[in-house]
Amino acid sequence: MFDIDLWREIVQSINKNRTRSILSGFTVAFAILLFTILFGLANGLNNTFSEAFVDDAANAVFIRSGRTTKAHKGLQAGRRIQFKNQDFDYIKTDFEPSIEFITARIYRNVAASYKNEKDNYTVRAVHPDHQYLEKTKVTQGRYINQRDMDMRTKSIVIGDLVRQDLFLKEDPMGKYVNLSGIAYQVVGAYKDDGGDNEERIIYMPLTTAQQIYGNNDYVDQINLTYDPKMNYDQAIDFGLDLEKKLKERFTVAKNDQRAIRVFNMAMQNKGINQMTSVLGILILIIGMGTLIAGIVGISNIMIFIVKERTKEIGIRKALGASPRAIISIILIESVVVTTIAGYVGLLVGVGILEWASPSLKTYFITDPSVSRSLVIAATITLISAGALAGYIPAKKASKIKPIVALRDD
Amino acid sequence: MLKIQKLHKSYPIGDSSLHVLKGIDLTVEKGEMVAIMGSSGSGKSTLLNIIGMLDEADEGNYILDEVPIKNLTEKKAALYRNKFLGFIFQSFNLINYKNALENVALPLYYQGLNRRKRQEKAKFHLQKVGLLDWATHLPSELSGGQKQRVAIARALASEPKLLLADEPTGALDSNTSYDIMAFLQQLNDEGKTILIVTHEKDIAAMCKRIVRLKDGIIMEDNFVKQVRATADV
Repeated sequence: MFDIDLWREIVQSINKNRTRSILSGFTVAFAILLFTILFGLANGLNNTFSEAFVDDAANAVFIRSGRTTKAHKGLQAGRRIQFKNQDFDYIKTDFEPSIEFITARIYRNVAASYKNEKDNYTVRAVHPDHQYLEKTKVTQGRYINQRDMDMRTKSIVIGDLVRQDLFLKEDPMGKYVNLSGIAYQVVGAYKDDGGDNEERIIYMPLTTAQQIYGNNDYVDQINLTYDPKMNYDQAIDFGLDLEKKLKERFTVAKNDQRAIRVFNMAMQNKGINQMTSVLGILILIIGMGTLIAGIVGISNIMIFIVKERTKEIGIRKALGASPRAIISIILIESVVVTTIAGYVGLLVGVGILEWASPSLKTYFITDPSVSRSLVIAATITLISAGALAGYIPAKKASKIKPIVALRDD
Repeated sequence: MLKIQKLHKSYPIGDSSLHVLKGIDLTVEKGEMVAIMGSSGSGKSTLLNIIGMLDEADEGNYILDEVPIKNLTEKKAALYRNKFLGFIFQSFNLINYKNALENVALPLYYQGLNRRKRQEKAKFHLQKVGLLDWATHLPSELSGGQKQRVAIARALASEPKLLLADEPTGALDSNTSYDIMAFLQQLNDEGKTILIVTHEKDIAAMCKRIVRLKDGIIMEDNFVKQVRATADV
């Protein structure tokens, strides 16, 4: 039931006792403001972390080779380690249960031209699995497939920026692009969240590249993703085991850091994971702390308000106000003030975050924001805390004999 | 109208208790104007508070307009106060953030009247105390006498059966006091039953009956010839 008179009483009371209303409102607004800003900043920090690794699969392992730096078993330092197809096959078969996707990579720089447009790009020759490893999003046509591998077709999949540069508005599908003198047919186009550089790459079948550029079975790099069912520790063990086996295979010293490098995302992720969970706990503590401070503040003010209004309550009771009427007027007033103030705090907090967002990018804080539901939940917590804190003294006040309340001080 | 029998009341003070009312018997008929006198500590205010249902007696009977007042719930007491009684206090007890009209309308709000009716009635009673022109003024903008008039208008607003005044002139100068008393006499002439607690002889003399309290019992209870109050003394 909407009681217009009750609301009129409350609006009047809020209006006429502005200092009191502003004081209690300020506490709540400030608590919500702090809550919003702190949570927003912490979320921004979190966003930075997760954004930094959006490009590649989180469970990726990269295997690269270089020159040995230490003499080992009669082999001298400075020997160049070169992966070949058989190494790829070895990893694929020997570690099969732990591997989700695996691909080799060969890099070449090419001068590409189509009609009048020309530019230089990097070619990545890969296995079909590469699509999943790199989180490539095929927007047109298809990716490199097994048939391309078997037939060594001259098929390419081009990045969105390559498509824009070479084809302008033209549909690239099925067209032939000249890559350093050899014509390749475009079978697909893709986008990648990894940034512009990732979209300036041309993919082709590994076998084709091996035949055309060198006619050998060399591969530059091997990328794989481990079975995502493995936890971080298992994945790290898997990576270490892989590195050890490869070093044995190529007769490289165990402590040679350069000859064979296995970069395991699991290691990094484990660190990040710990970091974010610590951050999460920190956020939680901060949030709870601000809320508790707010609750204590609003409770104090409610007690003060009831104390201040004791005489008024006495008068109202003498004039025939029921205890219920007394409680409801005090409680509703506090809830109204808290709600409005909470909303103001939320708006100001969100406003500050939006305003400061661009300049915060330098401090590793991306998109600092809070979910609306979280802040609303916080405000509701404060409101109920305020109501509860107000209810007890209000109830007490409603029980005071009017004569006690009216006694002249 | 009002009947009190063997009323006792004591207040706890630490471990012991102070026996304030030691068996009061009092009957007041409709249309009376009674002064309750006594020095401080005689229990006169306590008696008024019990009559006003602001406080409860420990023992004895209290019948107001044929309704026994006993073991009231807070809600019931609030209802009875609103229906039966009008209060006038020494310190006026107006709500300071409400203007004169709103103060007068407050008991009507608790009667559940709608806004239009409340305004109407409040205006009527403000006019009755001669302060309609001051309707939108806050208590802080009124003189003591004006405040008490507003308080009287408020007490009258709910059309109570009994007006209770606790030292209504205690905070006023004698000129204003007589002014207020003249007004109360006028109300009594119109048939209102009025109970006034006072310790001033001249104020008591303006009533029709004087009840003297001493140490919690009624010492004297006399009907007197009423002295008419005139504002210009």
